[in-house]
Amino acid sequence: MIRKTVANVTDALAGVKDGMTFMLGGFGLCGIPENAISELVRLGVKDITCISNNAGVDDFGLGLLLQQHQIKKMISSYVGENDEFERQMLSGELEVELTPQGTLAEKCRAAQAGFPAFFTPAGYGTEVAEGKEVREFDGKMYILEEAFKADFAFVKAWKGDAAGNLIFKGTARNFNPCMCGAATITVAEVEELVPEGELDPNQIHIPGIFVQRIFQGKDYEKRIEQRTVRQK
Amino acid sequence: MLDKNGIAKRIAQEVEDGYYVNLGIGIPTLVANYVRDDISVEFQSENGILGMGPFPIDGQEDADLINAGKQTITALPGASYFDSATSFAMIRGKHVDLTILGAMEVAENGDIANWKIPGKMVKGMGGAMDLVASAENIIVAMMHTNRAGESKLLKKCSLPLTGVGCVKKIVTNLAVLEVIDDGFLLLERAPGVSVEDIKVATEGNLIIRGKVAEMSV
Repeated sequence: MIRKTVANVTDALAGVKDGMTFMLGGFGLCGIPENAISELVRLGVKDITCISNNAGVDDFGLGLLLQQHQIKKMISSYVGENDEFERQMLSGELEVELTPQGTLAEKCRAAQAGFPAFFTPAGYGTEVAEGKEVREFDGKMYILEEAFKADFAFVKAWKGDAAGNLIFKGTARNFNPCMCGAATITVAEVEELVPEGELDPNQIHIPGIFVQRIFQGKDYEKRIEQRTVRQK
Repeated sequence: MLDKNGIAKRIAQEVEDGYYVNLGIGIPTLVANYVRDDISVEFQSENGILGMGPFPIDGQEDADLINAGKQTITALPGASYFDSATSFAMIRGKHVDLTILGAMEVAENGDIANWKIPGKMVKGMGGAMDLVASAENIIVAMMHTNRAGESKLLKKCSLPLTGVGCVKKIVTNLAVLEVIDDGFLLLERAPGVSVEDIKVATEGNLIIRGKVAEMSV
């Protein structure tokens, strides 16, 4: 077995530098790599580009990096929950590239799977299509979207093993599997790092080949953004 | 005139047995409350669940189980979870039968705008551009006019587009309309609303064929 385990988040983020491009898993605050984000804040890396579906909230998730003005550019599909984000965007401090959600996922998957680009109908005829190649297939119009290129992918899984195999839980899966193997180095943090042989190979969502470093995460807050309940 | 729940109730009548349905945020989310219980329907949320159930009972919320509006939800028997690329494969690949979403503006050629007000609001398109570009059966749920009283059913959208020529049907607080070649065909009136009321509230070309029935909700 090829071992991917590192001791802690500091070792996991070795090599992270100013100006790099990072992918971060999660949808809203669900399934975000909390430990990696905290470490990026501690390291204080600057001028980074973040590829993430959302931008966190003011005081959690990627909002923590925004507070410290560490992000130069965000590539996201929806950024509506963060006032600081909006302020930095409107003042021109922060560059923002809004990308349709399915296109965002596929640009990750394409990078993972070795496709340089793909055609999608999403965004045809809108400002998203500006400057992009357009082609017609069977009477329908499509635009050419290119795979992402990133230095690190930070993902969060429920369980993982020393081989880097990952299993996700519920809708915390979201963008995390799409980002594994889509960057030069994929760092997986897990709620539970189990002994080798304990995960059933039939149930693995992401094989360890897509992961370079894995570590046991800690102190997960797993904050709920919109607590919505019904009465009994 | 219908309220938001009334719009959701009328749209629920469009949901058929065996449908996989994607519900947008806002009025569309309410549709789930009014779907007949003698048919089998599965709700898809693009963040990665098919078989979405109601909100959890107080105390049973799970941070790892949310919908696209980031609200805590439950999963029904037969539900499945998947990643975002798979989720949009379902959408782009036309495996989802019905998409219900909100809009700021709809044009008489089926164009839709719902993601950006330049200089005022930039939240992003989320999954809306993928949904409208691929779905064959799209229903827009919205108020007929905006807060300033201006029509949201236009000759041409003034806001940045989400998709072109994609909307087929619109249910508003005043009417049910179908987008056809030359404009909005008026299918039904909301209770207590006259054809004249709808004419006044519609800037785009409104097509009236014979007597327009009042909807039953």
